[in-house]
Amino acid sequence: MTDSPLALLARVNRPDSQSLASYLADGGYSGFQRALGMSPGDVTDLVKRSGLRGRGGAGFPCGLKWSFLPKDHPGPVYMCVNADESEPGTFNNRILMEHDPHQLLEGIMIGCRGTRATTAYVYLRYEYGRSFRTLERAIAECYAQGLLGRNVQGSDFSLDIHVHRGAAAYICGEETGLIESLEGKRAWPRIKPPFPAVEGAFRKPTVVNNVETLCCVKHIFDRGVEWFQSIGVPPDPNNPRDAGSYGPKLYQVSGHVNNPGCWELPLGVTARQLIEDYAGGVWKGRQAKAVVPGGLSTGFMTREELDTPLDFNGPGRVGCLGLGTAAMVVIDDATSMVDVLYNSCRFYAHESCGQCTPCREGTSWMTKILHRIRTGQGTLRDLDLLAEVAGSIGIMPGTTICGLADGAAWPVKNAIQKFRHEFEEYVAQKRTSADPLRELVGAH
Amino acid sequence: MSVLSDSMREKIAAYLPRYPQKQAVTLPALHVIQDELRCVPQAALAEVAEMLELHPSQVHDTLSFYGFFRHESTPLGTHRLWVCRSISCMLRGGEELLAELSEKLGIKPGETTADGRVTLEFAECLGKCEGAPCVLWDDECHGNQSVESVLQLIAAENGATHD
Repeated sequence: MTDSPLALLARVNRPDSQSLASYLADGGYSGFQRALGMSPGDVTDLVKRSGLRGRGGAGFPCGLKWSFLPKDHPGPVYMCVNADESEPGTFNNRILMEHDPHQLLEGIMIGCRGTRATTAYVYLRYEYGRSFRTLERAIAECYAQGLLGRNVQGSDFSLDIHVHRGAAAYICGEETGLIESLEGKRAWPRIKPPFPAVEGAFRKPTVVNNVETLCCVKHIFDRGVEWFQSIGVPPDPNNPRDAGSYGPKLYQVSGHVNNPGCWELPLGVTARQLIEDYAGGVWKGRQAKAVVPGGLSTGFMTREELDTPLDFNGPGRVGCLGLGTAAMVVIDDATSMVDVLYNSCRFYAHESCGQCTPCREGTSWMTKILHRIRTGQGTLRDLDLLAEVAGSIGIMPGTTICGLADGAAWPVKNAIQKFRHEFEEYVAQKRTSADPLRELVGAH
Repeated sequence: MSVLSDSMREKIAAYLPRYPQKQAVTLPALHVIQDELRCVPQAALAEVAEMLELHPSQVHDTLSFYGFFRHESTPLGTHRLWVCRSISCMLRGGEELLAELSEKLGIKPGETTADGRVTLEFAECLGKCEGAPCVLWDDECHGNQSVESVLQLIAAENGATHD
């Protein structure tokens, strides 16, 4: 399949794309064979040289993460695959798992070769039942074929892969919340350090990688570092800290477009290109008022910011939290930003794990304030209050353990700053919004 | 009298070799129980705790965190219907869909129809945003839904296609 212009999605929607037989017929597991012939250190080095950055949201360099594992640890080392994809607007991991499970399994195997992990847990959100069944079948095929288990193909490489189903909690996508949940505890994120690489699952060295990241690893071993770096955006020569945005990315577009979907494109396409060239334009002949660039936590870009490249640096330059999961949500000009922001705040209030008071109370109060505004009771002072709360919760102001609160705060900060006039007008005119669910589930 | 049947105990025990610590089998065990009994009865907590060498309060602590497992006073119906209310679905009528289904079924989110067949819940982002609005019907997500199409799923009873 190395002749395809697509890598990650090359096999999606092909007949029988899920079976081991078809995967092998397409040259599958050749990257793993290559990794098997290399030392773990060389495997990690290759990933480091590729410049691959994590696709789960933070964009941390993948090879560097692996290299943080202690070299002389007696083991065991664990790999946790973050398949808890729950960021609103995000669905590319689901497509990868449902359509091409062996691509992910091969990435996991290479990752475990590089990290010396002997057990990998795929932490899968409960709602992905189809992914669960698909992965379980694919894993069973691998055991039957001798690709998993003890001393694979007579080598010194042994690996077990288990799927661990979650229970519908967003916080389990935070890597230490995921580990706590895996261990059978409430998913309260841990204070770092120690980082998982030093003390992770079951207090052992652990690497947590996203599904799409590991799928990229597979292709780096198939097609090489040069291929990977021929795609995307090289590091900014004027910024020594920039790791660049190399490789293909799965962009997702949902919301008010004619043709929502997921496309594999070089890192760095613009929001406007995604809307116009791929998603069929804004629906009903309308204009975009705002877009979420990369999952709800990343905040909002305005219509004037649509030419921002969606690489690891672009969204930050217009005040968004980052590229996130590259899940774009398009909001048309007939939609009230007050309603959009209420929906956002309600989500985070519902999903805050409750461990840190500023997050638990802050997300809840922001929702209550927006509820007040939406029932015509808001004041201009409420807008400052929202900005004040948003500015005081999260890792960045140093008041919470994990980044959930930063993700809750960012849409508020962006909306109040970039759409302040709309909020002021809404409040001044004492407008109200219909809430179909108010009588059914309360204000939030 | 044991709440956990022999087959449930066997299923739970089969997870033990996967993990270095028994506590890690807490979530798998709770899923086994709820899949079978449509809830996690109070008495089951002690039995799970015994199997996993935990204090019952540890099992309860984990169970109560998720808001996913049902108390025996409000068990799940035969089928579970989750309707997404998060941003991508909200923008395309997800909240209206949930409200209308609530009215048609005569129950609020969280409740079960009087015949015990369907439990309705709101869901946060189900990860099928390209098919907004979407619903989770048992273990299968369905995109581009309307009140009519969801009512058809319910009428068909076997909407969960376990491929």
